[in-house]
Amino acid sequence: MTVGYIMLCHTALHRAAQVATHWAESGSPVVIHLDARVRGAQAERLSADLAVCDTIRFSPRHACEWGMWGMVEATLDAARLMLEQFPGVRHICLVSGSCLPLRPPQEFADWLAGQPETDFIESVTTADVGWTMGGLDAERFTLRFPFSWRRHRRLFDGYVRLQRRLHIRRHIPEGMVPHMGSQWWCLTRQTLAAILDDPRRAEFDRYFSRVWIPDESYFQSLVRLHARRVESRSLTLSKFDHQGKPHVFYDDHLQLLRRSDCFIARKIWPQANRLYREFLKPEAEAAPRAEPNPGKIDRLFSRAAERRLRGRPGLYMQSRFPARGREGALTAQPYTVFAGYDDVFDGFESWLSKSLGARVHGHLFAPERAEFAGGETIWNGCLTDSAALRDYDPQRFLTSLIWNSRGERQTFQFGPRDHQDILPFLARDPHARICMISGAWAVRLFRQGGDFESQRREAARLQKIETAMIDRLRAAQMPARIDIRPLAEFLEDPFEPLELLLNELRPGPIRALSEPPRLGEMAGFGRFVQNLRNQGMKPVLLGDIPLDEPVTPGRRGARSRLTEERGS
Amino acid sequence: MGLWQSYRLRWKRRRRLFLARQRGRELRALRDCTAGIRPGQILLFCCLRNELVRLPWFLEYYRNLGVSQFLIVDNGSDDGSTDYLCAQEDVSVWHTTGSYRGSHYGVDWMNYLLRRYGSGHWCLTVDPDEFLVYPFSDSRPLRALTDWLDASGTRAFPAMMLDMYPKGPITAQPYRAGTDPFEIACWFDSGNYTCRRNPAMGNLWIQGGPRQRTFFTDTPAKAPALNKIPLVRWRRSYTYVSSTHMMLPRGLNLTYERSGGEIISGCLLHAKFLDTLSHKAEEETQRGQHFAAGAEYRAYLEGLRAQPDLWNRWSEKYINWRQLEILGLMSKGNWT
Repeated sequence: MTVGYIMLCHTALHRAAQVATHWAESGSPVVIHLDARVRGAQAERLSADLAVCDTIRFSPRHACEWGMWGMVEATLDAARLMLEQFPGVRHICLVSGSCLPLRPPQEFADWLAGQPETDFIESVTTADVGWTMGGLDAERFTLRFPFSWRRHRRLFDGYVRLQRRLHIRRHIPEGMVPHMGSQWWCLTRQTLAAILDDPRRAEFDRYFSRVWIPDESYFQSLVRLHARRVESRSLTLSKFDHQGKPHVFYDDHLQLLRRSDCFIARKIWPQANRLYREFLKPEAEAAPRAEPNPGKIDRLFSRAAERRLRGRPGLYMQSRFPARGREGALTAQPYTVFAGYDDVFDGFESWLSKSLGARVHGHLFAPERAEFAGGETIWNGCLTDSAALRDYDPQRFLTSLIWNSRGERQTFQFGPRDHQDILPFLARDPHARICMISGAWAVRLFRQGGDFESQRREAARLQKIETAMIDRLRAAQMPARIDIRPLAEFLEDPFEPLELLLNELRPGPIRALSEPPRLGEMAGFGRFVQNLRNQGMKPVLLGDIPLDEPVTPGRRGARSRLTEERGS
Repeated sequence: MGLWQSYRLRWKRRRRLFLARQRGRELRALRDCTAGIRPGQILLFCCLRNELVRLPWFLEYYRNLGVSQFLIVDNGSDDGSTDYLCAQEDVSVWHTTGSYRGSHYGVDWMNYLLRRYGSGHWCLTVDPDEFLVYPFSDSRPLRALTDWLDASGTRAFPAMMLDMYPKGPITAQPYRAGTDPFEIACWFDSGNYTCRRNPAMGNLWIQGGPRQRTFFTDTPAKAPALNKIPLVRWRRSYTYVSSTHMMLPRGLNLTYERSGGEIISGCLLHAKFLDTLSHKAEEETQRGQHFAAGAEYRAYLEGLRAQPDLWNRWSEKYINWRQLEILGLMSKGNWT
């Protein structure tokens, strides 16, 4: 008892001939159906090539247009020929001209001989699956499809619309439940004969000749009426992408195909010489007798689909340029923005860098230059510190920086002195963790000293910018990632929020703040703020800074709490 | 896009096709083996001047990828390029002494040849210092890519120009004919590119890389465009508009995904920064035949006098296409 192959060919006929010969030489009969649309010379060459084999037959030719009835008709004729001419065939396998056997034919025959009564055909009801890649599913069986989808798309679509509008529904033959599945199957002689000789076949044929893509549903539905044991899977490894077009295998898939342990793969690129050479070797090496396991290939293809449909978040490049709102994540990974902290604390950057064990940037959007960590002039990905280049497209500057440093969380300072064009993006980006002390610029002004009149003007300017900043950030309505506290409130207990932040940013167990950052000189700051007020400026963003009481941070005893902890 | 704008673009396209026909008259065939072009072959179109030293490797590289025929416009070479090309079996050569600038920097000549010989073929239009890298280019011939693009219904394949440079001054290591230029210029910038959409033509406008950060720091907007569409399944009605940066009809420019996914794309490794550049820069500045009266070359000439080193410690060393894919400079799309 052997396996018979029905082969549907329309292109790359030399490859089909090669595979057919391989099967015929191993003693398996092959019935070839050649698409009627293939021109004479090529067809003649194919039959001439195969004339030497007496187990190869050619079945009557039909025009096989994709999605139309011709394909099924061709298969039925070829199956009839196979059953009549080769009585020794127990299983019949439907393959295409671009299929390639991955394991020796004898091994396949032995494997099938172990399950003589099983039909291998993917057959699922329309309600259960969504694998019909974006196509019509249930409607395939209730509407009529006399027009070709490939050639007469408008007629096809128009006729579908018309039927929907008129609520025309077809009558599904009594007792038959529509099933769908991969068109490549392997059926037993008994089942196939029962389908061909069914007394109601004329009725079924009439019905299916107007179903859309009947080659994916004819045998899949009828097998349920006749089979003794259906195993709903295809033995042919054949995957489709999101457009419904089959994935193609190339020479570099050799190891992947080998390790899949599948019996037959589709579709092979006709010029994949190495694949054809390796898998059609007359004496293939003793292959592992494992069950087919296409899992690895499935993963490869689902990753490809994922890349095509969702892409890599945070990447903007020549073939991924999402429209606003379609980006997914705006940046590749989370990052932190500190605003005002470096005004209040001396040497905040280096302290933070030490506490986090990571590099921390200065003001990346400073007017003079991008202050990369460690005073570098050029950064990952060859981003330079040039302000002109950065301001040419600040968004791309930031997204590139984050993308280039994948795996290392980026942290930088920001404030009202900086170039503000990036702000709307920061407000919009869910990856931006923003910690801000409003009014902190006043501390820097106070410490810088100098002419009071120019200080007052600068204070007014910064306060105006910062007000706009805060409005923009508050509008984002994301209190969990945007944390804004007025200076006065912050100074009351500066270390507790810092401790919380550090624990959020630092991986590992929660630790107490071992060494707090150094708070600079604050004596007289209350008087400075009052002077601003006296000069007619209203510093609203600072909060309530007491006038006479010297500003000592941690009035609520944070300092004492810290020392206690260190002491214990 | 409104009716008025599509009408205008249609006329623009017709004008370019007309110009292509006009400028095509300036071309004189020196060696014509276009009769040997068979259906399904991949053709390469190129316009050059005095590139003798680059030609052996250029032809060899593309022959290995599976290009069947080369159609080359020789714009008045006097260094022996012409004779070298005429001696090749798979090269058709047209000679012209016409103005490079007057033919839109060679685009009109290319459009003429593309329209006449390229229709129905996959056509690769590149400069002699551009080397195409596409996904799986180390294991699959170009034909595998074009077959797959055909099956996906894709007409145009984008490839961003990636400027390659050596470590040290560019005059330090002389380039010898027939050798791989990327043994010398094997470094590139991996992540300093900007990208914006050109609303009129629908294409992306990419700038950045070593040229922008070295020669155009004060005027970033003037840095050269790096986006290109070099590989197209040509039809008679198509036309390149500005080098191979943009095409008409403008649907061909939509080689990127707007809804978050990635479409397949490649890179054109650009072997410009070799010791041949300083010579070229001097010549082209004098001729003033290049874009914006050779302003780009003038910038190089000034920059190059200072013997700049484009290399820095963040430069990436080129390994293969997979590296470019991981860095996000190109994408496999859903090709596997």
